[in-house]
Amino acid sequence: MNRLSLSQAFIYLLRRDLTLAFRNRAEFANPLLFFIMVITLFPLAIGAVPELLARIAPGIIWVAALLAAMLSLESIFRSDFDDGSLDQLLMSAHPMPLLVLAKVCAHWLVTGFPLLIISPILAEMLGMPQQAQGVLFLTILIATPILSLVGSIGVALTVGLPKGGIILSILVLPLYVPVLIFAASAIEAAAGGLDVSAQIYMLLAFLFLALSLSPVAAAAALKISMS
Amino acid sequence: MFLWFHKLGSPPHFYRIAGNWLPWLGTIFLLLLVAGLYGGPILAPPDYQQGESYRIIFIHVPSAWMSLFIYIVMAGCGVVILVWRMKIAEIVLISSAPIGASFTFLALATGSLWGKPMWGIWWVWDARLTSELILLFLYLGVIGLHGAIEDKRVATRAVAILAIVGMVNIPIIHYSVEWWNSLHQGPTVTKFDKPSIHWSMLIPLLLMALAFQVYYLLALFQSCRTELLQRERNSRWVEELIAK
Repeated sequence: MNRLSLSQAFIYLLRRDLTLAFRNRAEFANPLLFFIMVITLFPLAIGAVPELLARIAPGIIWVAALLAAMLSLESIFRSDFDDGSLDQLLMSAHPMPLLVLAKVCAHWLVTGFPLLIISPILAEMLGMPQQAQGVLFLTILIATPILSLVGSIGVALTVGLPKGGIILSILVLPLYVPVLIFAASAIEAAAGGLDVSAQIYMLLAFLFLALSLSPVAAAAALKISMS
Repeated sequence: MFLWFHKLGSPPHFYRIAGNWLPWLGTIFLLLLVAGLYGGPILAPPDYQQGESYRIIFIHVPSAWMSLFIYIVMAGCGVVILVWRMKIAEIVLISSAPIGASFTFLALATGSLWGKPMWGIWWVWDARLTSELILLFLYLGVIGLHGAIEDKRVATRAVAILAIVGMVNIPIIHYSVEWWNSLHQGPTVTKFDKPSIHWSMLIPLLLMALAFQVYYLLALFQSCRTELLQRERNSRWVEELIAK
């Protein structure tokens, strides 16, 4: 048998994870449903005043996206940990950080990408101003991958624990704060007709920082959790 | 020098040396504390705008500094753990976390005590307060993760990674004053060219900062010694120590 090249291994792993997710559709649907339901709760709780909702819509959407991303994080490594394929991955000849990156990509395509598609509809329902909706779309596109990337470190640290879920949220949510601040402030600035390039550049900087460093940290954390 | 450092890495030596240092550290801490508390709250003149209530900075500012400093120490230990697997670094990392969390809490509590007469409310969601609160969460995450993993050596290495990742938050805290224009007053001490704080307030402040540093070492050594005994309870030197 030929040895796989690195890019082949990356693509195989990505395809495997996507196939697994397609076979088990709950993995797609649950974070998305959760996202929609959390947003539905806000008008019920604070009253359906259109001006009020339009003002806090960026915050609502981003907090809901954060929670949805966090709840779906465990699926990055959990099932592979349970059935032992994570051990196999660790023993493979390819560099672990890149394999982790493949898994994180698959996770974002399954959980982050649907949020991207549904968010314009929700923004319209909350009465967000027209000019802010494009920026909302942009922030979700740039920033939800950061959530998956940073979250993968937290999952890697807690994957061996019987009750990893609650500790995972304590570890990961503080690290999400800068993303939340800049994403929400970008949308708010856009709604006020201001320039948002500063916030978008910051988010892009976070994205590239997370893209380059977090797979390394997650791989190191996996090695520790599996030892 | 290197030999001395090498020896410090071995648990029995560290235990002994830390034990020898404790009375000295205690004395120095008390001297600095008395000097700082006399110089700050009693000798220093009242502020021309804030009156007497500014005096809480002699507690607030040093503990805020310590909360950052201890996290940096923890991340440094994290690097040492992952690269050299030094046992003492593991112990220092784990024993630092509760001390750092306490300083962070102290900074938050004194800050809000000061905020009530100055700003009129206990809590303001401004950048530095929020970042300090997040720092507290980071500390609690470290403590929580360490508690959740049963094998303590594995736990410490996991915590080492978490501490290094959390370091990303430290520059954000530090530069948040410049990033977000906020209610919190700008830095007054770190402007080296011309400090906007009078020396009669600066000297007690620095004395208190030193006292807090020494206190950290004191608390750290005590808790390291306990942790060390617990982890090495099956080793020869602990048995000999108990038998004595």
